[in-house]
Amino acid sequence: MSAEQLTETRIGRLANWNVAIIAITAVVLVIAAASVNSFGTAQNFGFLVLDLLPIALVALPMTLVIVTGEIDLSVASTLGLSSAVMGYLWNANQPIETIIPVCLLLGAVLGAINGFFVTVLGLPSLAVTIGTLALYRGLAFVVLGDGAVADFPAVYTDWVTGTIAGTPIPNVLIVLVVLAVIFGVILHATPIGRAVFAVGASEQAARFAGIRPGRLKFWLYVASGTIAGLAGVLWTLRYSSARADNGAGLELAVVAAVLLGGVSIFGGKGALPGVIAGVVLLGSLQNALRLSDVSNEALNVVTGVLLIASVLGPNLIRRRT
Amino acid sequence: MTAVELPAPKRSSLDVVLRARELGIVLALVLLVAVTTISNPRFLSGQSIRDILLNTAILAVLAVGQAVVVITRNIDLSVGSVLGLSAFTVGTLLQNYPGIPVVFALLVGAGVGAACGVLNGVLVRYGNVPALVVTLGTLYVIRGVTYFWAGGSQINADELPPSFLNFGTADIPWLVILAVVVLVVTAVVLRSYRTGRELYAMGSSPQAAQLAGIPVGRRTIGAFVVSGGLAGLAGVLFAARFGTIDAAAGTGMELNVVAAVVVGGVAVFGGSGTVWGAALGALLLTTIGSALAVLEINQFWQQAIVGGLILLAIGADRLVAVRVAAGLKKRGSHVG
Amino acid sequence: MRKHLPVAVALLALTACGGTTKSSTEGQNTAAPQSTAGQANPNAPLKEGLKIAYLPKQLNNPYTDVEVGGGKVAVDEIKGAYKLVGPNDASASSQVSYINTLIQQQQDVIAVAANDPNAVCPSLNQARKAGIKVITFDSDASKTCRDAFINQATTQGIGESLVKMASELAGGEGEIAVLSATPNATNQNSWIEVMKTELAKPANSKLKLVKIAYGNDEDQKSFTEAQGLLQSYPNLKVIVSPTTVGIAAASRYVSASSYKGKVAITGLGLPNQMRQYVKDGTVKKFALWNPADIGYLAAYAGAAMSSGQITGAQGEKFTAGKLGEYTIGADGEIVLGPPTEFTAENIDKFNF
Repeated sequence: MSAEQLTETRIGRLANWNVAIIAITAVVLVIAAASVNSFGTAQNFGFLVLDLLPIALVALPMTLVIVTGEIDLSVASTLGLSSAVMGYLWNANQPIETIIPVCLLLGAVLGAINGFFVTVLGLPSLAVTIGTLALYRGLAFVVLGDGAVADFPAVYTDWVTGTIAGTPIPNVLIVLVVLAVIFGVILHATPIGRAVFAVGASEQAARFAGIRPGRLKFWLYVASGTIAGLAGVLWTLRYSSARADNGAGLELAVVAAVLLGGVSIFGGKGALPGVIAGVVLLGSLQNALRLSDVSNEALNVVTGVLLIASVLGPNLIRRRT
Repeated sequence: MTAVELPAPKRSSLDVVLRARELGIVLALVLLVAVTTISNPRFLSGQSIRDILLNTAILAVLAVGQAVVVITRNIDLSVGSVLGLSAFTVGTLLQNYPGIPVVFALLVGAGVGAACGVLNGVLVRYGNVPALVVTLGTLYVIRGVTYFWAGGSQINADELPPSFLNFGTADIPWLVILAVVVLVVTAVVLRSYRTGRELYAMGSSPQAAQLAGIPVGRRTIGAFVVSGGLAGLAGVLFAARFGTIDAAAGTGMELNVVAAVVVGGVAVFGGSGTVWGAALGALLLTTIGSALAVLEINQFWQQAIVGGLILLAIGADRLVAVRVAAGLKKRGSHVG
Repeated sequence: MRKHLPVAVALLALTACGGTTKSSTEGQNTAAPQSTAGQANPNAPLKEGLKIAYLPKQLNNPYTDVEVGGGKVAVDEIKGAYKLVGPNDASASSQVSYINTLIQQQQDVIAVAANDPNAVCPSLNQARKAGIKVITFDSDASKTCRDAFINQATTQGIGESLVKMASELAGGEGEIAVLSATPNATNQNSWIEVMKTELAKPANSKLKLVKIAYGNDEDQKSFTEAQGLLQSYPNLKVIVSPTTVGIAAASRYVSASSYKGKVAITGLGLPNQMRQYVKDGTVKKFALWNPADIGYLAAYAGAAMSSGQITGAQGEKFTAGKLGEYTIGADGEIVLGPPTEFTAENIDKFNF
């Protein structure tokens, strides 16, 4: 509690950073399009969207979870388990029309397990989701072993990698936009969203205001799990390969993108447009650097520095003024 | 000891709880070893025990450092990357100057790690950036720097001086001895020295600690330096034990370390737990790994078991904490 | 709202078509784009300035470095532009991003060692549609999405030679174990299959394969697995490790343990990594092809294809610089040649 108060920041910071990150992202996109060969092509746009899709999807509910002051580190493992189960059921000759909803449901259940530990037992979410990070990933390996299942139907894999007929817009972008709008509206224009901010700012005060923080957080974890399950399905179809290690380590990229988007790790502050900008910034930097033959290593350094700078920068500016 | 007089009366009852907590891990460990040994007596052979202890040594050193940070209500996710950087630094150094004594190698490794720790600590303290964010960032940055430097090169055992490799594999288990020394020294400092108690106070309530005149800033940086330094030391142990070092050494290790600390009963929100527990957690996790191989249980279960164990441990801690709180309240009302 | 999401998606999926299962789609996914090159012209000159990119399983792996090093030599010989890209982790998804990048950069040839035979397929086919020739080496992709595969040696040949070495070291009888890479590693599994067939023959009836362990091609894991093998099987005579990471880790463990001299190690290893263990007597013999030649051959095959000398059809011939003439086998496979056995006598002649 007190640590949060010690580092409590002024409300003004949020809006500023949100605008700043969107501006930075726009500048990076323009510079990349102008200076990096074939960055601005339609085909590359498609690749870019597909590359950042899983991070963007998972970042949506993650934003809400972090705004309430919690965290969900198990998302990438949920994605992996969803993918593994998808492969397992496909091998068991189940129709894919059944498998996909089952995987989403599985994601919801895995999220509910996190929610149960955090809200009902009152355990710290960092520890809980580090535990389920290992647990879910382990189960994914138990389900599918080290093997890969590959022969998913072309109708589905083509849809995921394909574009809307006659346009360069990838099909999956629709899924992303629809979900982003839904989460954006929920967070910024509904009582649920206001409750999310209230709980993040002060759980006790929120409770006095008639909000039930436990129930709210529980359902946010369910949402987080469900979306991770969906991301697992899309990941599997994109690469037409179900593997237990799919998406390993993705949780760090998601958290990095959300924090870069101006969401406070202590909760109570953040906005979805900033998060989207954060995801796009990381994704396009990665894409542009790769096209310029800059090595992976540089990318790691850039991600890390950006992450620290996103919190450090506003703090330092505030201190000076 | 003025700063810690407040919790002093409670210490006896808390001590009992903490002992019970560590006893739980010991019991789990004994049970695991018993079951495995019954199924395959060679599990308790000298060579096998030696292997487990050697493997534990590295994780235990990391876990001790992590525990110090976690007790202050912070976290250090960069330890895996720091281990990699230190291992590669020392490996390169020994490759070029094979005459360097092992002690010097250990100091260099710890120094590299401590420098990373200073970076983390300063950012947390003066940048006002949460430890989770800082160390997640430095996890990327330090690993990236290592990759930059190492490129595709790998240091093989035959490029390292035999005296150094002997340090990792000799009949006298130096790694284990070193880990025990680190453990005991840290435990004593945390248990019986003012600085150590101040770390607990900071973890229990950073605000109160500051008001009580504890130099919170210096102590925070100190905790990160200890964690970084020990991660650097672990990097040297890693190099000596495995003899093959590339830029990826220690990738993903942070999760095992945090798992060991949490299983060992150090509360993620600071203020409680011991380094003994953290080291026992490391021993338990390593033994599980070896036992699964010997019991011929599918290796894939290992990660799931570790995950389950973390949930079990924090669940149990919560239960104990609720009981203790209730007990203290009762006693408090009698006194008051 | 969110609760209805699964239902909505399910409905969406259901309306798309009714009940797509594995068996109902069997064989449908094998359609590959036809090679853009029409007829092969064996006399076409090798083009200069070809852009040849290598995408190994991962960077920073000593074996891979040797392979692509050979590739660079060959690309320089044919006056092409060499490029090396790749992930730091051996994952298929990061390889896909790199393939996409290479398409954008309009390379002429992509030489790739696939981390997953299928996951890289859609991207590789996209590359082929864009006129890029795809040569796999080291680890094949599904044959519907590459133009040719450089096979380091025939599966049969490697399996046989592994059993032969194991039998010699065990003195013809006793327990042997295998320490492999990952359980789904295509190469290792096919070699192990041949080994099993070989071991079933009467000549090898006294050799008993007691366990196949997996070190996941991680040094530390292989080390621990070797440890586990020796604990579980006290009478073990030979550990056969058909992967460079595994054999090095197992040798390092045994050389510093009480098992040294009692248990023999053999398999496939890099001479530079193994030199120490051969000299200290832990390892008597092991085998490998020259990895540099794989990368070298891949460059020539790609260049020949890009220049129109070959199309990837069976029976076509091309010349690969110092390695001489090669003939394309069934399914576009090009076999490098037999592996070399290394012993204390000859190991110092090799430097890779």
